[in-house]
Amino acid sequence: MEEIKITTEVTAERIRKYLEKEKRFDGRKINEFREITIEKNISNQAEGSVRVKIGKTEVLVGIKMGIAQPYPDSPNKGNLMVTAELLPLSSSRIEPGPPRFNSIEVGRIIDRGIRESKFIELEKLCIKEKEKVWTVFIDVYTINDDGNILDAAGIGAVAALQLTKIPKYDEENEKILYGEHEKSIPLKKINPFTITVHKIDGHLILDPTREEEDVSEARMTVGSSEGIIYSLQKGNSGYFSVEEIQESFNIVEKAWKELFKKVEKQLK
Amino acid sequence: MIEKNKRSVVIPGETIVEGDNYLPGEGTEKQDKKIVALRYGLAEETNKLVKVIPLSGVYQPRRGNIIIGKVSLLTFNGWVIDIGTAENGFLPLMETPRFVSKDRLDEFMKIGDIVVAQIFGINGRGIDLTLKSRGLGKIDEGIVFKINSNKVPRVIGKEGSMIKIIKENTNCNITVGQNGFIWIKGDRIEDELFAKKAILFIVEKSFLEGLTEKVEEWFKKNELVEEETKSAVKIQKKNVKEEKDDN
Amino acid sequence: MTTKNFQRPDGRKVDELRAFEAKVGIIPNADGSAMYKSGDTIAIAAVYGPKKMHPQHSQNPEKGTLRCTYNMNSFSVSDRIRPGPSRRSTEVSKITEWALEPVLMLDKFPNMVIDVHINIIQADAGTRCAGINAAAMALAHAGVPMRDMVSSVSVGKLDKTIVVDLSKEEEDYEEGEGPTDIPISMTHSGNITHFQLDGKIESKQLMEAIELARKSCEAIYEVQKKALKDLINMEEEY
Repeated sequence: MEEIKITTEVTAERIRKYLEKEKRFDGRKINEFREITIEKNISNQAEGSVRVKIGKTEVLVGIKMGIAQPYPDSPNKGNLMVTAELLPLSSSRIEPGPPRFNSIEVGRIIDRGIRESKFIELEKLCIKEKEKVWTVFIDVYTINDDGNILDAAGIGAVAALQLTKIPKYDEENEKILYGEHEKSIPLKKINPFTITVHKIDGHLILDPTREEEDVSEARMTVGSSEGIIYSLQKGNSGYFSVEEIQESFNIVEKAWKELFKKVEKQLK
Repeated sequence: MIEKNKRSVVIPGETIVEGDNYLPGEGTEKQDKKIVALRYGLAEETNKLVKVIPLSGVYQPRRGNIIIGKVSLLTFNGWVIDIGTAENGFLPLMETPRFVSKDRLDEFMKIGDIVVAQIFGINGRGIDLTLKSRGLGKIDEGIVFKINSNKVPRVIGKEGSMIKIIKENTNCNITVGQNGFIWIKGDRIEDELFAKKAILFIVEKSFLEGLTEKVEEWFKKNELVEEETKSAVKIQKKNVKEEKDDN
Repeated sequence: MTTKNFQRPDGRKVDELRAFEAKVGIIPNADGSAMYKSGDTIAIAAVYGPKKMHPQHSQNPEKGTLRCTYNMNSFSVSDRIRPGPSRRSTEVSKITEWALEPVLMLDKFPNMVIDVHINIIQADAGTRCAGINAAAMALAHAGVPMRDMVSSVSVGKLDKTIVVDLSKEEEDYEEGEGPTDIPISMTHSGNITHFQLDGKIESKQLMEAIELARKSCEAIYEVQKKALKDLINMEEEY
């Protein structure tokens, strides 16, 4: 079914007017996330996997581990590779015409959040220095896009890693025994969620719906844990003033605390 | 098999009734002595005519339909309007309510504008639209959203009865396009969102019997919440005003 | 025909399907969507359309186009699949189109396209069949006119015994003549729209296998039908 693909200017005007009163269409406050649910182990073939729903937005994140040669500049550290697929399943906008994000950007933003925070203790994933290390693959798939795929993917990556167990490795026969696990993947005790602040008409909001994302002029994705910022990326063609950036950091720090509580509860 | 004059859900390929004197209506086909469904929907039989009321699927444009669309292109003699069908709608210069010079097309309506129009002809070349009637024209403000076009009859109700209830309870102007797009304009944004909520409720419960009563109940329940919000906002405004006066 | 003491690795009877589950309406953005689960294999499908076909030069003025994409998640199998299309996924996409097209009335939608997207979340054999089952439900849910439903199942032969719904373990069967894998899709009225075979089998036994497929598709059809009907009945309960 065809849809008038971009949120109409008429509705966009309404979104902005409502924001002037610090209100949103679905009754949320400007810094409030929609309901978040996390379903654990959605694929029994993955080393760790989750389904994350934020409102109607749904993503799947799965972790697979393989063995490869280490990079020459880190001969005793495991490898990390993050990819994201924005599936045509998830939105009528994926094809044809340009989507709001491209898969590469989502992959790289999530990668930075996980890598720079050193969330995964990659030095502990070395099997034989210079020859064999574990590679951690984080793969994100979108199932329904109702805005804020980025944050859903970020939460998913952190949650899936917290469920990940390393498969047994039969060194003699050089075979990975998938399905048999010994220990959990070594992780630092942090929760590097990526939280994206969007600017609409001078207002800073969190967790936009698809309509709100269409009207967003600029966005800033911050990967952080307990007030320490590990990664940051500004996107879209608008701008942030220095005050807005400071305010964004405050917003993110507060939101992180809320998110941490919610995610912890779901993963119990 | 369905009971007489009752509705039941059918899926494609399912036999609805069997018998010589049944006639295949919309969404059905006669195979030997069976009337078979060709759509997912509610099967209905009246006076031996069997049809399937679809619950989903594309909008089928019909002459006389009021639709809401988006201007996608300007040509030398009119506006091409995307109404969500394979063929675009076309509004010729001659069908505007007042004279528009052909050098000034974009002053009247430009690409991206949303408009309420009426279908006055469907031919091989496309769907012809007109603005020469009351209530038609460019949309200036409000909220525009889309519902499943199959649910539009329920939102409008018998002779407009349902839409009337919504308008009265929310104080909004509401235009329902047959192609599923709905425009709501009210004095306050809260009213507009309330009306949208009501419409989405109807869409969700569209196949229920006695929907009118259920909607009236829904309004009674939800109106209290809206009233409280209204008074809360009034108090807030009063406080702000007092603060301002103090300063 | 079978060999003495033949046993399926998971103890099922030869004509016993794995536990199945179906659900409709799982992707809000899609015009139609469904999930089909068979044993540990989980497939989801989303339908967008009928809608305008882009690019314009691909439009067919005589009839609409059905476009299917089939994709397995990297973590749906134990040996990670690199994300992106593969030769296999391209083939299965085409097979899926051919399995579904016979029931669609595409001449009603000139210049339009119906997009069907299938995603495999967890794989334990029978993925293309699960995908077709999910896709058929999603098409009906989307309101696309269809002559009939399509149901799909994998029948096969393990050594000398005809069985239905092979698990991955059975696909790697090593006894005797090994495995023969036969995925089949058919309409509820019994017309075969998809048929493949890998292995070794005599035509007489193959006809037996087809009959077993037909019976099994009946059961699958009932699950598909229930899922579509339950969607309405569920909402009625409020």
